[in-house]
Amino acid sequence: MPAFDEMHGFGQGIRAAYRTIQAWLDGSDPDNLKRLQKEAEFLFRRIGITFAVYGDAEAEERIIPFDIVPRVLTGGEWATLSKGLTQRVTALNRFLADVYGAGEIVRAGVVPADLVYRNPAFRPEMVGLKLPHDVYVQIAGIDVVRTNDKDFYVLEDNARTPSGVSYMLENRDVQMRLFPDLFAETRIQPVDNYPDELLGALRSLAPASAPSEPTVVLMTPGPLNSAYYEHSFLADKLGVELVEGRDLYVLDEVVYMRTTRGPKRVDVIYRRIDDDFLDPLVFRPDSVLGIPGLIAAYRAGNVTLANAVGTGVADDKAIYTYMPEIVRFYLGEEPILKNVPTWRCREPDSLSYVLDHLPELVVKEVQGSGGYGMLVGPKSTKEEIEAFRARLVADPDGFIAQPTLALSTAPTFAGDGIAPRHVDLRPFVLTGADKVRIVPGGLTRVALKEGSLVVNSSQGGGTKDTWIIEEPAEAVASQSQSQSQTGGEPC
Amino acid sequence: MLSRHADSLYWLARYVERAENTARLIEAATRLSATPIAGEAGRNEWEMAVAGTGTLDLFHRDHEEANRRTVVDYLAFSAGNPSSIRACLDVARANARSVRTALTMDMWETINSGWMDTRGVNSPNLTRQELSDFLSRVKELSLRFDGSAYRTMLRNDAYYFLRLGTFIERADFTARVLALKADVLDPNRPSAGGSFDYFQWSWILRSLSALTSYHWVYRDNLKPNLVAEFLILKAEMPRSLVACYEKVTLNLDSLSRDYGRQGASQRKARMILGQLQDTTLPGLFAIGLARFLEQFLRDNANLGGLIAEQYLG
Repeated sequence: MPAFDEMHGFGQGIRAAYRTIQAWLDGSDPDNLKRLQKEAEFLFRRIGITFAVYGDAEAEERIIPFDIVPRVLTGGEWATLSKGLTQRVTALNRFLADVYGAGEIVRAGVVPADLVYRNPAFRPEMVGLKLPHDVYVQIAGIDVVRTNDKDFYVLEDNARTPSGVSYMLENRDVQMRLFPDLFAETRIQPVDNYPDELLGALRSLAPASAPSEPTVVLMTPGPLNSAYYEHSFLADKLGVELVEGRDLYVLDEVVYMRTTRGPKRVDVIYRRIDDDFLDPLVFRPDSVLGIPGLIAAYRAGNVTLANAVGTGVADDKAIYTYMPEIVRFYLGEEPILKNVPTWRCREPDSLSYVLDHLPELVVKEVQGSGGYGMLVGPKSTKEEIEAFRARLVADPDGFIAQPTLALSTAPTFAGDGIAPRHVDLRPFVLTGADKVRIVPGGLTRVALKEGSLVVNSSQGGGTKDTWIIEEPAEAVASQSQSQSQTGGEPC
Repeated sequence: MLSRHADSLYWLARYVERAENTARLIEAATRLSATPIAGEAGRNEWEMAVAGTGTLDLFHRDHEEANRRTVVDYLAFSAGNPSSIRACLDVARANARSVRTALTMDMWETINSGWMDTRGVNSPNLTRQELSDFLSRVKELSLRFDGSAYRTMLRNDAYYFLRLGTFIERADFTARVLALKADVLDPNRPSAGGSFDYFQWSWILRSLSALTSYHWVYRDNLKPNLVAEFLILKAEMPRSLVACYEKVTLNLDSLSRDYGRQGASQRKARMILGQLQDTTLPGLFAIGLARFLEQFLRDNANLGGLIAEQYLG
């Protein structure tokens, strides 16, 4: 069966969300589209929106390909999605507060103890620490896919240092610069308030000892990091200093930054650096990126880290399989977003099923990310499958398996014309002291190679502007009709 | 602002300025190499260009002879020369990236697109036209950078640190070029004979893109004492030492006003400016031009150290 297409559905004609896009594509000359596609690339490179690929010295800085055809969701679809995302992230935060606190979910037998407490991402340093408003994951990136017009599946919860939000914002900017007319015809919900929402959320979670105007900084590993562009972009939009570890120091359990006016106290650190590198006194002693004493200041309640230390225990692929139970346990609600059915290879029955069906399945490392170290059964050769089988048998606990989902496709500019390509969506979910906020949209990633299901930028994926449009065109038409029926002259 | 960011801004400006200065040195040498002066032994405009960057020793470690090919390679592209144009632009862009939040979009785009445009050019075997295009692009980058800083930056500490870098580097370059030829500018020395002297004076002015403006100000032929006066004491000449120090002092004073505190760097800058303003042309030659410039170069470097100590540490 062909995959669900965001524009054509299962071939029943143009879906309402895509009428504007359809009209635009029908009225566009392919050569002109090609020219604009080139111009978009030029803009990205000139602005310096680049990412580094590790181990690729040649292409030290690459741009992620931008596709000029937007991905569109209706306001109704978004309403469901954002309710589901709010529910899911709320549950993630409750789960983290629990496993670093009373551990009720483990005692209730819902999640196995060893998956939590022996998880490499579990940080004993966090046990018993009370965080402002119990928020651990201030910024989450939840990867979502769909297979038909109703069901959204979560592929992955990113609760550590999710990236990509700069592309959400820059893609909108470039799309508006290149196609201003499209925006005149359609009511698209704006995304550019994201930095304000983020800053608001971060400030609302400053430690109690902070002044009323808390100082927020964004901490980067430095210009060599693959996401450095995003770090500097966000710091700029937030209006906060972009710091490296060497700019900060800890004195009497308070964090300061070195400025041209002397030391300045820091209250909230939006850190885009992994737990391991945060503080050489507590984590990796060889880290030169971190700040000695940071964790002591954190434990003393003098600084907020976003995200909190140890959130990785909530987003690895082993815990993922329990997310529906986690939602039910804390919220007493049915999960709105589905989990992809998953075999836990640590369970003998599942393992034997997986071993029997490798050519049909996607097998992933529990600790992996970025599309590395995974097997896509239907796209692999016999030799690759057998090599993977050996790895799986050697360490079943390290893997999960899922059916290959028929990810939806969206119209994409592919060299000479428009063709369907598989897409996913990463919305960014912000949690502050009072509530969860989600800017309407997110980052749509697209697998540019025909038939490919891997959307990761490090593996040839591209991105699209993502539109949440106000509905529906019919309502506007009927309104203007009723106006003309009144028959009065305009005054 | 972060001390590290201030440091990056300061050096960003210095390296952009240095790239432009080196481009002007190569242009001056190219121009003079096309000027025939019969029977002058010992003249080598290519060697002079290298000397203008103060790195003759480094150059001769790898190259026997200074000619168009070796010098263009060394000054424009060599990875072994930390002050080559290529190296300057690489460092400038790396600094710009690390301090991107303190730059305006126009400034970043100038650095980034200039860096990308010139990046592919790297052969010492360029045609004259290709070399000239490359040098024009380098100068254009510097001019656009300067202009976009002037037109688009907030007037706050970021701007002051950037400007300090520009003017301290500029003063250093002017003084260095003059110091190289201090002997031929001394009006009391016996003349080496017409055309060779003229050749050297015009090299100085060309390297500092001051030849045309000299004529506008003096409406006279090149005279060694006037060349010295123009480049050291004339406030209306933007590359003169006194003009650079008016700006250095202004930016340091703005910093101290913003921060509500002044220190050793402000005092030192005012002292240097005071000396420049109090010096007369006869006074200059009474001290000895070479000695005066040597002292200035030392003072200028010391001021850089004081700024680092006070703000960038």
